[in-house]
Amino acid sequence: MLSVTQLSKTFPGVRALSDVDFTARAGEVHALVGENGAGKSTLIKVLTGVYRPDRGEVTYDGAPVRFVTPLQAQQAGISTIYQEVNLVPLMSVARNLFLGREPRGRLGLIDFRRMHREADEALRGLGIRVDVHRPLRELGVGAQQMVALARAVAVDARVVVMDEPTSSLEPREVHTLFEVIRMLRERGVAVVYVSHRMDELYELCDRITVLRDGRVVHTGPLAELDRLRLVAMMLGREIGEVRAEGMTKFSGSHDTDAQQVLTVTGLTIRHRLHDVSLSVRPGEVVGLGGLLGSGRSETAKAIAGALPTDTGRVVVAGVPVRAGSTAAAIRAGISLLPEDRKSEGIMPGLSVRENIALAALPGLSRFGLVDDTRVDRIVETFMKRLRIKAAGAHQKVGELSGGNQQKVLLARWLALHPKVLLLDEPTRGIDVGAKAEVQTLIDELADDGLAVLLISSDTEELIEGSDRVVVLKDGAVVRELTGDAVTEDELMRAIAAVPAGESDD
Amino acid sequence: MTELTLGRGTPDRARLLRLLQDYGVYTGVLVLLLFNFAFTPHFVSAENFRTQAVQVAPVLIVALGMALAIGTEGVDLSVGSVMALATSLLSLYLGYGPWTAALVAVLAGAVVGVANGALIAFVGVQPIVATLALMVAGRGLALVLLPQLKDVHDPDLAALGSGAVLGVPYLALIAALLAVLTAFVVRRTTFGRQALAIGDSRPAARLAGLPVRRVLVLVYVCSGALAAIAGVLATARLAASDPTSLGSLMELSAITAVVVGGTPLSGGRVRVGGTVAGATLIQLLTTTLIKHDLPPSWTQIAQAVVIVLAVYAARERGRR
Amino acid sequence: MTTQTEEAGRPADAVSRESAGPGRTNRSERLSGLAQRHGALVTLVIAMVVASLGFDTFLTGDNLENMALSSAFLAVVALGMTFVIVTGGIDLSVGSLFALGGVLAAWGSQYGTVVALLLPLTVCGLIGLVNGVLIAHVRLPPFIVTLAAMLGARGVLLAVTDEGAKTYLVDKDSFFATLGQGSLAGIGVPVWITVALFVLGAVVLSRTRFGQYVYAVGGNEDAGALMGAPVARTKISVYTLSGLCAGLAGALNAAWLLSGVTILGSGMELEAISAVVIGGTLLSGGFGFVSGSLVGVLLLKVIQNVINQIGSLDSAYQQVVSGAFLAVVVVAQTWLGRRRRVL
Repeated sequence: MLSVTQLSKTFPGVRALSDVDFTARAGEVHALVGENGAGKSTLIKVLTGVYRPDRGEVTYDGAPVRFVTPLQAQQAGISTIYQEVNLVPLMSVARNLFLGREPRGRLGLIDFRRMHREADEALRGLGIRVDVHRPLRELGVGAQQMVALARAVAVDARVVVMDEPTSSLEPREVHTLFEVIRMLRERGVAVVYVSHRMDELYELCDRITVLRDGRVVHTGPLAELDRLRLVAMMLGREIGEVRAEGMTKFSGSHDTDAQQVLTVTGLTIRHRLHDVSLSVRPGEVVGLGGLLGSGRSETAKAIAGALPTDTGRVVVAGVPVRAGSTAAAIRAGISLLPEDRKSEGIMPGLSVRENIALAALPGLSRFGLVDDTRVDRIVETFMKRLRIKAAGAHQKVGELSGGNQQKVLLARWLALHPKVLLLDEPTRGIDVGAKAEVQTLIDELADDGLAVLLISSDTEELIEGSDRVVVLKDGAVVRELTGDAVTEDELMRAIAAVPAGESDD
Repeated sequence: MTELTLGRGTPDRARLLRLLQDYGVYTGVLVLLLFNFAFTPHFVSAENFRTQAVQVAPVLIVALGMALAIGTEGVDLSVGSVMALATSLLSLYLGYGPWTAALVAVLAGAVVGVANGALIAFVGVQPIVATLALMVAGRGLALVLLPQLKDVHDPDLAALGSGAVLGVPYLALIAALLAVLTAFVVRRTTFGRQALAIGDSRPAARLAGLPVRRVLVLVYVCSGALAAIAGVLATARLAASDPTSLGSLMELSAITAVVVGGTPLSGGRVRVGGTVAGATLIQLLTTTLIKHDLPPSWTQIAQAVVIVLAVYAARERGRR
Repeated sequence: MTTQTEEAGRPADAVSRESAGPGRTNRSERLSGLAQRHGALVTLVIAMVVASLGFDTFLTGDNLENMALSSAFLAVVALGMTFVIVTGGIDLSVGSLFALGGVLAAWGSQYGTVVALLLPLTVCGLIGLVNGVLIAHVRLPPFIVTLAAMLGARGVLLAVTDEGAKTYLVDKDSFFATLGQGSLAGIGVPVWITVALFVLGAVVLSRTRFGQYVYAVGGNEDAGALMGAPVARTKISVYTLSGLCAGLAGALNAAWLLSGVTILGSGMELEAISAVVIGGTLLSGGFGFVSGSLVGVLLLKVIQNVINQIGSLDSAYQQVVSGAFLAVVVVAQTWLGRRRRVL
């Protein structure tokens, strides 16, 4: 139905896709998996007309096509359902369903009675019963997604691309969604299904394509692939692979006998985290393992007060931290290096100097006046210590390379003398040399007595950098690897394990 | 995305644009000055420069506060009404002495700022909308307090309005002082830097533990207080309180001065020098048109064109 | 199967509730929706009852007729503004366009009714069109563009009136004058025209595809574009429409006053915005209705009337009241709409 051959797409500095072949067949649910940066979203965007490929061909219904806008792709019958529902929340269900193709009566006026009837029928046809008069936003996310699906079906979509549709759904809603997807499959629609939840993939999908670093590493029927091998492929590791120590710049273990400095108990955020508990000692690096969407970043953000929690306690050095306040967390000595460096970390328009001094400003001021000599001293110290390469302290951070941006952020936090450092993907998107430097730095910081919580999709980095690894899956801790068990094999096994009592809600 | 590639594809154009944004306003002022030196009779006189300085002072003072608001990716539409409110209060409390009255007026401006800031920072109303409400109510309140034009006879205020030291009018001195103060606040204080950081990236500022709400409220308090000061000074100069027309369209002039001065509407940056030059540019433009016998209608149209051009030029930087 | 989905709807509702904050039930949500839809109407009725109890002169034919007439012009401006605000934009140029329309109509009336109507409509429509193009295609912020247009239009106004020195008069016996001065079944022609325009506007906004696009653009521009809504064209249309409405209102006002008064219309943009927002339209866009704006205008005018009737109060109180009203409504809307952003 829809296929691409020899597809390549390059962004400045990054090869997002290279020589990718992918085919979605009619009447088949095709899983598309891969870790962050594997090229999934780029592939989807090429399929749906958001990006144009540099090289390669897109074939749709037997003929080569070239979509210039998402709208064109949609009109040709390729619908995309995004994680964030792309409908108009304030408009009613029926209006959303029929926007741009409302049934019209005399005088060209919209025939609302017919529209509501048809909307009701269309939704019923998918086994969904909602009041079509209600504004879309009053529906749950799951129901909204159904409406998006119904719209896709109603515009006679022949290919439906779903990007992590279940990430914010209740188990029951997931069940209904699957019913609808199966119905679509029976109608001969080609479904491309992106998800990280392995159990869902095995329940629903017929074929699977695994992407890694912009290349297809596997494609074929899903039933023939066992879980462990799938995890191994996604993470890019071989099971039982013998490898030489020292690929990364981590030195190994640290002194881990001290009293715990960070204790987290029972963190729960509806739909995202379930009763997550962990603790870190000074000088210890604790890894947070798991696939994308397993709740790693949410855990870090919740600890740093950037994400409101339903329940849970965070204690630093014996003192409880007020929840939901980044300022309180920072005062307690918790610093978070966020995953999304560009939008949540750096101030791209401000200078290196401003960025480093930002969080520490109150401490560097007297009567609200900034003590510039002290700022200069600190900035200089950290630029030297972290080997930040910039034209000068006054260069805009937005103009630096990713690695140097990351170091600037680290400097911002280190200037506060934190007790706990939460590092969310500290080496993502930075080049090899800088990566090694950042890894060495993490090591040094732990040696200096900092408690570090490390999140990384790079398994090797995670395993070698951490003294212990807490493995998350679907927002809950499934295992903790300690001592000799801190190996990639064990990590993959923990992720791939079929949880007991999986079938219930 | 297309904008991005476009910018990258033509670095020369991007550099030109940046130069234009950074120095265009100074060039504009220079060109207008040279033009007037050459073609405008009686332009080069101390008296004329004094007049220009006195006229630009209130706009500039308001623009300084506006620059702070815009630096945090906001805007303050209530400044004109705050000026009106200040002038009403000034003549109302004149009985208690001019300085008490002026203090009351400035305090009122700060209170309006607190209201604006609270709506924006705590309730989460968009800045345009929040300050719009106070723009409507503020002018009304000013008129309620003082229904019509009233002459202000006070020797101290008169001296403030038309006096001078060493030939430099008080008004110009105060404006210059406030400009320097604002520049100092922006560059040297914790508050100034935090405000810019918030304007540059609000989510990052929050994650960095900055007191986002407090800083925002304070920014609008500054803007309100500065507008009130401008109102007091304008009253002193005119020797009359006119709550109906004082400060009307002031928000527009102030925004123009700020934007023409190279402060991007997208926040994260405040150019005090540029703002001074921007206010001067508009003042000179008006003067030039008037001195060459072009009617006020032309001035308004010209100002409209300058705003659109300035925003257009600043636009590309705003998008990252 | 169906029962299952029914159940599925409930926990999912909890998701959105949770983001709205604790303790908010579906019923109170509906209630707040009702408040948003009919709050202004209820307030209007209460205000009128109180006013008629308090002042004998309030419920007289003359007074009502006066109120209706003076509401008519603002209402037409607010009608165009409603469309703009529903797309999530704002039009600050309408006050100037109103004045400009009046002057152009008065000047044009010497060449007949057609010119008197077409000239202001063309000029104001064109200015609205330029606003729309700058906003939709050049992507400049609406408030800056229309603020500039406000200034520019006032400049044009001064230019055509000899810097405000000249006032054009409308011949009292011309047909154009009857558009403002005449009455039908005891009710002034402007009132009839306003009512007709509101019916038309309501049909366009709620019953045509264009109207749906207006809501979609304001509700979620990106999603609207993905669903095939012509975003740029819709934006340009609403600003043009707003210009046309302001121009027409100005022309009618000139016909009523028998002259094009140049000083009118300043502050009118604020009155129109207040009326629209008080009428229940969301300033952030995506939700609103034409009838609410009419109610909003009437409410403002009733308040004004009452303040006038209390002789001791200055008319400026009206601005204070409407400003306060605006603040209250906006705060309420933000609370109600907060959950929308979360989704």
